[in-house]
Amino acid sequence: MPARQQLQTGSVLDGFTIGEKIHAGGMASLWRVTKPGIDMPIVMKVPTILDGEDATIIVGFEMEAMILPRLSGVHVPKTVAVKSIAQQPYVVMEYVQGTNLLKLLDEAPLEPEHVAQIGAKIAAALVDLHRQNVLHLDIKPSNIMLRDSGEAALIDFGLSRHMLLPDLLEEEFHVPMGTGPYISPEQVLHNRTDPRSDIFSLGVLLYHFATKVRPWGIPKFNRGLRARLWRDPVPPRKINPAIPPWLQEVILRCLEPQALNRYPTAAQLLFDLQHPDEVRLTERATRLEQSGFWTTMKRRFRSAALDTEQVQQISERPVTTAPIVLAAVDLSEGMEALAAALRREAARVLHFVPGARLACVNVLKLNRIGLNYSRDEQGRNIHVTRLVELKEWARPLGLGVGDVTFHVLESPDPGASLIEFAKSNNVDQILICARGNSNLRRYLGSTSTKVVAEAPCTVTVVRLPAAANEISEELEALEQAGTP
Amino acid sequence: MRIGFLSDIHSNREALDACLAQAERQRVDRFVILGDLVGYGADPVYVVDKIMELQATRDAIVLLGNHDAAAISGKIENMNQYAREAILWTHDELEKQQIEFLKSLRSSYEEEDRLYVHSDATAPDQWRYITDAAGAERSLRATLKRLTFCGHVHRPQLYHMAPLKPAVAFKPQAGTPIPLVGNRKWLAVQGAVGQPRDENPAASWGVFDTDQNEFTYLRVSYDIETAAGKIHAAHLPQILAARLYIGR
Repeated sequence: MPARQQLQTGSVLDGFTIGEKIHAGGMASLWRVTKPGIDMPIVMKVPTILDGEDATIIVGFEMEAMILPRLSGVHVPKTVAVKSIAQQPYVVMEYVQGTNLLKLLDEAPLEPEHVAQIGAKIAAALVDLHRQNVLHLDIKPSNIMLRDSGEAALIDFGLSRHMLLPDLLEEEFHVPMGTGPYISPEQVLHNRTDPRSDIFSLGVLLYHFATKVRPWGIPKFNRGLRARLWRDPVPPRKINPAIPPWLQEVILRCLEPQALNRYPTAAQLLFDLQHPDEVRLTERATRLEQSGFWTTMKRRFRSAALDTEQVQQISERPVTTAPIVLAAVDLSEGMEALAAALRREAARVLHFVPGARLACVNVLKLNRIGLNYSRDEQGRNIHVTRLVELKEWARPLGLGVGDVTFHVLESPDPGASLIEFAKSNNVDQILICARGNSNLRRYLGSTSTKVVAEAPCTVTVVRLPAAANEISEELEALEQAGTP
Repeated sequence: MRIGFLSDIHSNREALDACLAQAERQRVDRFVILGDLVGYGADPVYVVDKIMELQATRDAIVLLGNHDAAAISGKIENMNQYAREAILWTHDELEKQQIEFLKSLRSSYEEEDRLYVHSDATAPDQWRYITDAAGAERSLRATLKRLTFCGHVHRPQLYHMAPLKPAVAFKPQAGTPIPLVGNRKWLAVQGAVGQPRDENPAASWGVFDTDQNEFTYLRVSYDIETAAGKIHAAHLPQILAARLYIGR
């Protein structure tokens, strides 16, 4: 290995002028650097390699150097340059401007709405990360920056895992890798392949922000880490009664010891955090005490039997994608046949995808100008009427309370509002009706055309087969409209 | 530079041509042929001629495999019945020119930080199989080179080993560039071009990008019907045609 250059303020390395040293830690030091042509503020991260060459630090750096350049988007720092361990090792990346979440921890307990808002930002970052096949595996306040622009950015990928690349930390398996208070039960059992581990750690973080207490304290020894396999935490509402039942439901569902019982995806967690009224409340929501002695002992006994072999089996099971499916339901009169066809399509999609969640959406079209609706003739609120009709539409599907949600959007532009809903809720598939196979409509532009063109996900257009005479009527209409 | 690695072509003309066509699209600069040009398939002459051409015009590095050695010497004691039949048939098919070329091949080659070998680094002429992490570790400890590229087992697999640690296996996904980073050794077992056995019948090969330090496993579909039909027509054992369809 060639001799490494001693970094100091003012020196130049590979075109980067070294500035102020802003962090010196056991794992790495951080230097502000500049380079002509790069406008954003950037930092150089240099692993702390002592003579003993701590393998974990080196491997952690290798993982970060492997994963960071493959990530993109607002939820991670932009990578500028990577130099491998064989030379002078460093990563140069964007200096994320904003607030480190650790600073906010002093203000805990935060207002429940604020906790949910922070949770939603981090969940959105996890959706983006998992979409790129990466698990963070060390979610904790100090590894999260709230950008000045509002989004959460995840930093420090030294314990992360890219699902399509070799896991270099795998051979370090004699100790669980993570941060004591936040580590998931799977990680305690040496499984680094489950995206739901990040959901667990986010649950610990939300619990802490909502109560100012850590659900399992700060475990000092590896043995202490195992408590999360069998001991359920004190229900947050017992510590802070200001926490609403729905938020306790969300937090405790994230903290389920079995990954299977948590949110299947970060997108579904984000969905609940953004729609508190739609959270399905279970016993978790109202719980005010921890489990009793005998239940706990039984769980503890069972957890002792969890060996590595079993964990290996779990990890080889494919992780469910558990998509969010949006059904755009047209409730207009005369559209009943089409609405039924849409329901059949929804049933078909949900039948084949376990864990899928259906969001039934209806758009209440507002006038662009002038007075908007308030009440219809019978004096009933149209909004409520639509919700009832939506539920009626979905009833034959026989879905459980947590598997279906109902939303009435109000907008002058139905297409745009559906697209916006799909984007902000990470919808995986949209089912939408087209009102007949109409050339005229296609020419003039319809809601489904706009959604197909602009949606961020798969779109399935449901149509009724057009009868021959309808098609000829369309053609006549087209000719009369004077289009070629 | 982008180096294309082709291993275990086994006289499969259609599979070789499909890989070479994809190699053009992948902007491969140079080829390393990791042995077993012949055996099993029905086009030994075409395949050997094609590889000779790659060596002459594209500076390809060509290594000897156990089937090539058997086709030269006629020594088939260590082979199963089907392989034996194919080797005897191949021996009759090959002309002096192709035999001389196969005789000129070496069983391993080193350049820069890389070792190329058909089977493993401990004894390239013993044709040992690397089927697990222990086998990979044995080979990685037998070389000082950082990267080893080999074939022989017909199943793509990647291994890596940090200093003072055991080797670890990784099942690569085709088309994903994998950075062969840092302070550790890597062993990239190539799948087979001409007779894949990982339950995926597509021809298997790989590209190493020396500038990016990234290796990419690749798969490409080829005309199995034609390749299998020729095996039938040559009266070679039927199973050698059947297994191409299922990749086993």
